[in-house]
Amino acid sequence: MSPDLLKLIFGRLTIESLPLHEPIVVGTFAVVATGGLVMFAGLTYFRVWGYLWREWFTSVDHKRIGIMYMILGIVMLLRGFADALMMRLQQALAFGGSEGYLNAHHYDQVFTAHGVIMIFFVAMPLVTGLMNFVVPLQIGARDVSFPFLNNFSFWMTVGGAVLVMASLFIGEFARTGWLAYPPLSNIGYSPDVGVDYYIWGLQVAGVGTTLSGINLICTIVKLRAPGMTMMRMPVFTWTSLCTNVLIVASFPVLTVVLALLSLDRYVGTNFFTNDFGGSPMMYVNLIWIWGHPEVYILVLPAFGIFSEVTSTFSGKRLFGYTSMVYATVVITILSYLVWLHHFFTMGSGASVNSFFGITTMIISIPTGAKMFNWLFTMYRGRIRFELPMMWTIAFMLTFVLGGMTGVLLAVPPADFVLHNSLFLIAHFHNVIIGGVVFGAFAGIGYWFPKAFGFKLDPFWGKLSFWFWVTGFYLAFMPLYVLGLMGVTRRLRVFDDPGLQIWFIVAGIGAFLVFLGILSMLMQFAVSFLKREQLKDVTGDPWDARTLEWATSSPPPAYNFAFTPVVHDNDAWWDMKKRGYVRPLLGFKPIHMPSNTSTGIILAGFATAMGFGLIWYIWWLAAASFIALLAVGIGHTFNYQRDFDIPADEVIRTEDARTKLLAGAK
Amino acid sequence: MTIAVNPTQSGEPIFYLADEHPHPEGWSTSLGFWIYLMSDCLIFAILFATFGVLGGNYSAGPAPKDLFDLSLVAVNTSMLLLSSITYGFAMLTMAQNRIGATQMWLAITGLFGLAFIGIELTEFAHMIHEGATPQRSAFLSAFFTLVGTHGLHVSCGLIWLVTLMVQVWKFGLIEANRRRLMCLSMFWHFLDVVWIGVFTFVYLLGVLR
Repeated sequence: MSPDLLKLIFGRLTIESLPLHEPIVVGTFAVVATGGLVMFAGLTYFRVWGYLWREWFTSVDHKRIGIMYMILGIVMLLRGFADALMMRLQQALAFGGSEGYLNAHHYDQVFTAHGVIMIFFVAMPLVTGLMNFVVPLQIGARDVSFPFLNNFSFWMTVGGAVLVMASLFIGEFARTGWLAYPPLSNIGYSPDVGVDYYIWGLQVAGVGTTLSGINLICTIVKLRAPGMTMMRMPVFTWTSLCTNVLIVASFPVLTVVLALLSLDRYVGTNFFTNDFGGSPMMYVNLIWIWGHPEVYILVLPAFGIFSEVTSTFSGKRLFGYTSMVYATVVITILSYLVWLHHFFTMGSGASVNSFFGITTMIISIPTGAKMFNWLFTMYRGRIRFELPMMWTIAFMLTFVLGGMTGVLLAVPPADFVLHNSLFLIAHFHNVIIGGVVFGAFAGIGYWFPKAFGFKLDPFWGKLSFWFWVTGFYLAFMPLYVLGLMGVTRRLRVFDDPGLQIWFIVAGIGAFLVFLGILSMLMQFAVSFLKREQLKDVTGDPWDARTLEWATSSPPPAYNFAFTPVVHDNDAWWDMKKRGYVRPLLGFKPIHMPSNTSTGIILAGFATAMGFGLIWYIWWLAAASFIALLAVGIGHTFNYQRDFDIPADEVIRTEDARTKLLAGAK
Repeated sequence: MTIAVNPTQSGEPIFYLADEHPHPEGWSTSLGFWIYLMSDCLIFAILFATFGVLGGNYSAGPAPKDLFDLSLVAVNTSMLLLSSITYGFAMLTMAQNRIGATQMWLAITGLFGLAFIGIELTEFAHMIHEGATPQRSAFLSAFFTLVGTHGLHVSCGLIWLVTLMVQVWKFGLIEANRRRLMCLSMFWHFLDVVWIGVFTFVYLLGVLR
């Protein structure tokens, strides 16, 4: 075939694009491909594809979508953590003239992919998954406001993850750091596909995130059970509301800034170039106007989880509910007034830096108020040290430490010294692992029995907990020290042999975290095998307080046979205390949304379009775009999107639960 | 929704609704669409901010004074404003259940929209012909992106408009179609508001600068 024709068909994708010269990548590919084939064969052999397609992939049930988000987050955690291990190993080895085992080309991709994956495809799916699963149950609703959109959002997130994963084996990923600052990320310095993978991966996933934000805001505002006023919403629902407001009010900024970068790269405009009037610092400002709210998007739901867990396992009403709500709202607003602290060194002058330094320090006030609320909730409580509570206590200690180093970094003169040093790396891992990751694990342990009807095995859970917590401290405390000594981030080799011991300790810490992750996977496996022993038939294994515990575990498709009526902040606690009797008669048909395959099809075309744009395969991009439009419009011609669950089926489901409950007593 | 959440006469609290009516179809739609519009508004806000920062960086290339033909832009603006009025007429006739008149006003709205896009493309072609391409300077990059994004929105609105006309023609002014027309109406007027910003901020202030 002529080169022109090949170019027309494959764009810039050639045989040389496959990283066959990188033994590490080839090895990884072999493992992943074998694993994938085994799984594919297994699923085919046991004939579960049809079941998965009908009951999960096309499902509009918020609970199943929530669980799928969690699975996505955990799978991507393995990838993101593999990157972390590789970096720690490289930095522990590359001393005294040694180049380590990763070349610069590969190492730069590894640290970029680690950041991108951990934030966008681990933390975001875990947080969104928990919100999706829990919020409708907590507010006594049957589903979210726009169930089809929910399915679509999930698959768009998967589409973004697929593009980022594809970059490992087809071409390469960005070598720019996780925020892809220009001019480095512009076409002159990054002419290959890496940054394009980055852009389209995030754009495809970003559509999903924004839409799911709109969806959950509407759900919380419009679908609360009667009696649940705003100030009677559970704190997790409150933090979810604020998080989704932040999502809707910040992700469009990311969309625009990435679109402008793509224009620079594809069309040759001059937004962020060095010449023709472009301004790279404009990019840095814009991306942090998204980026700072993003960290609160992640941590606010975690704060909500800790609130639920603390009050449940202390057997007490949450201390200072109102102040908790206001603190959340204040953090939401302040998160937009601090973005410049990420680049005090830009040189915007003393007044601007002071303003942003002070606003940053002010955020620690509402956060501190929350910390005291949790402590006072525990005070004189009958604390049960179940796993979620253990994660919560680990969070309190770790997060306070991370918060304090954050306030330190908020002082502009100190930041000039510590900017882009390992001190910063230690700080944000300290708050993201200590806050978001511990929060997600607390949430998983807490709501797992609700989702599956059995508790998680405590032995492997505690093992995982101790590995994670000690591993975290071993991995990141040395980085604080190194940062104070002036070591900057993203370095591949080191000259000063005196630094090596700290990197070795950090590497051991990362290995302990690795054991923590393995124990957690083991915990899931063991719990599944021991599910009969760990079974909970009551639907309320923790003697908890909010509405999600009023229904069965796992909840029926319709969540509640009758919509609950709320009289108190802790609605379910109130119902238990005042002699609520579960209704056994009078069931009616329940109106529910139907499943649809449109979401996964649309996301598939969007992903194909992204792939076409990355590799300049213009026919593929154009064809996918047209298909996207056609399927999208075609979907609007379907007016029959709901069905009724017949009363018989509701009666059958509820009778089965009645029997279970009777057996439990 | 007012539901008795107080204790019944016997003093027993009510913990669930025995007789429940599901939320009507489209219960959350207008709120959801408003929030979507606000997120879209943010997209324009960032593009305006970018234009504000980079709009004076001509890089020794053409400036607004050399490029903008205010009378053409005035005609263009009137196209869009008229299309908003005619969309309003479509909504009024929809309220009176007059399908034919609704369709006619929608069609006229579409024609005004097309005229707007046509004039805008002519203006762009003219500028590019003069050498004022998006690649020429940061000012022109920001200009083409801001105005072009608005134009892209109007084009999407046109596709949506045609889709809705087909749906009204096939299924009549049923509840779902009325809701959809209402959403497009909000979208269309929103684009009008954004255009007022573009007209003032980019064209008028640009020529003054």
